[in-house]
Amino acid sequence: MAQRRAVRWHIAVFLAPAVLVYTALMIVPLFGTLNLSLFNLSEAGERMFVGLRNFATLFGDPRWSESFWNALGNNAWFFVVHMLVQNPVGVLLAAILSSPRLRMAAFYRTAIFIPTILSFVIVGFVWKLILSPIWGIAPGMLDAVGLKSLFAPWLGKEEYALTTLALVSVWQFVGIPMMLIYAALLSIPDEVIEAAEMDGVTGWSQFWKIKLPLILPSIGIISILTFVGNFNAFDLIYVSQGALAGPDFATDILGTFLYRTFFGFQLQLGDPHMGATIATAMFGIILVGVCFYLFAIQTRLRRYQF
Amino acid sequence: MSQARHSPARSIAAHAILILYTVIALFPVFVIVINSFKSRRAIFADPLALPTPGNFDLVGYQTVLAQGDFFQYFLNSLTVTVGSLFFVLLFGAMAAFALSEYRFKGNTLMGLYLALGIMIPIRLGTVAILQLMVASGLVNTLTALVLVYTAQGIPLAVFILSEFMRSVSADLKNAGRIDGLSEYTIFFRLVLPLVRPAMATVAVFTMIPIWNDLWFPLILAPSEATKTVTLGAQVFIGQFVTNWNAVLAALSLAILPVLVLYLVFSRQLIRGITAGAVK
Repeated sequence: MAQRRAVRWHIAVFLAPAVLVYTALMIVPLFGTLNLSLFNLSEAGERMFVGLRNFATLFGDPRWSESFWNALGNNAWFFVVHMLVQNPVGVLLAAILSSPRLRMAAFYRTAIFIPTILSFVIVGFVWKLILSPIWGIAPGMLDAVGLKSLFAPWLGKEEYALTTLALVSVWQFVGIPMMLIYAALLSIPDEVIEAAEMDGVTGWSQFWKIKLPLILPSIGIISILTFVGNFNAFDLIYVSQGALAGPDFATDILGTFLYRTFFGFQLQLGDPHMGATIATAMFGIILVGVCFYLFAIQTRLRRYQF
Repeated sequence: MSQARHSPARSIAAHAILILYTVIALFPVFVIVINSFKSRRAIFADPLALPTPGNFDLVGYQTVLAQGDFFQYFLNSLTVTVGSLFFVLLFGAMAAFALSEYRFKGNTLMGLYLALGIMIPIRLGTVAILQLMVASGLVNTLTALVLVYTAQGIPLAVFILSEFMRSVSADLKNAGRIDGLSEYTIFFRLVLPLVRPAMATVAVFTMIPIWNDLWFPLILAPSEATKTVTLGAQVFIGQFVTNWNAVLAALSLAILPVLVLYLVFSRQLIRGITAGAVK
């Protein structure tokens, strides 16, 4: 008992490195960004406190607000495509993979996860080449099945470019929901499945009525990870369309908007204060999303313990 | 039993879907790699044909190796990835052990504080990180990248590893204590070896985004001496955009290392995940 009262230095030693690095490089910079968004340069070029005026500019000045809402809208569509395509496909693949006595399951699992490990530079370029009207793998393949008329330079058309890129991103990341759902499905105890079979619940109805409710918490986690990931996306757009997110800003999302504002491009000079303002707005959006999930969705999910 | 679950038609349908998706997943990679070995004319004439002795050509690889200092980029990526991985695993495991093993005031709060980083991306602090690195003279050094990636990786590592460490038998640890082992010895000698599958999972999830990151190398270390493979490939592609042989060869070279690492770790990865880490 005397031991318990002594200061247990080893706890501090175990915690210190992680907490120090994490605080110094993640928490402090984050607050630094929030703080920076409250300052701007005066006429004389000195930094001064401006309160919320940067936000007033971002939302009030048409030149800024138009870009911001455009980026936010695009970003929302980017997220919607992921939720409608990536997660259902991931769940479907995981459901098939987890069926017992499936041959070569390990091979499929490994192969389907491969796009996830590739860098955005590779993914962006590979698809740019495949969809290119000049090289023509995509038009050639459509021609082979008699659908050549369907081909369009998808990445170059304003109305298709964003959806195309979102689908490329889905192609890349479908492995993550697949793996996590697969793990969740495997952790359902055999007794539950056997009990369902005794009652004559098999096949698809077994999936809908027994397994899906049990993996809902995992689907919730995947949704929020997708949300956070999508609202921070930058690399894929930057690699395939450049910092200008063409054609005509049709693929501009918050990440590219932040990059352009902070570092500048072509004729516009970089502006750290407005950059920090945009980063703060992104922080707010992500925080609202995460809180919505934690308080409105997670608390209503029913969890089962075995 | 259960005829319905294993009927041949159902099984064929399952394989058909999986094969279709596997083809979709691998096709682009396949196209890039086969074309990187072909002559320029063959690349355009028939992009889907396999390289044959008639059109085999390594000119793309020769251009890449002669032009960019890809070996240096590769070494930089490797240094950054291995360095960050080492610190993430060590610091993350230490913190996870403290959180899962000891009861102390503020334990839950500390856990929440560290988990915050899973939800909030480090990129939003870029502005301040850059100022910090400029102030401390670390811009254009690999140290800056290692520091940032360590901070970025710690939250997930702590989260996954502490779940696992809770399942390490308390009897074992107490037996060690009775034998007079210090808390440090118990951690390094008893607990760490037991959570190896979890460490592999964390390693894969930490390694992939670090190896592939474009944002921080572009902002913190864009100089020639500190370029990573990802940034090097991006710049190279920008300059050689019309030299298809070189672009395809550069892409193939960038795919290869991470593919090999993934195949080495993939067995551990699925074991780590299914053992109950991220449910």
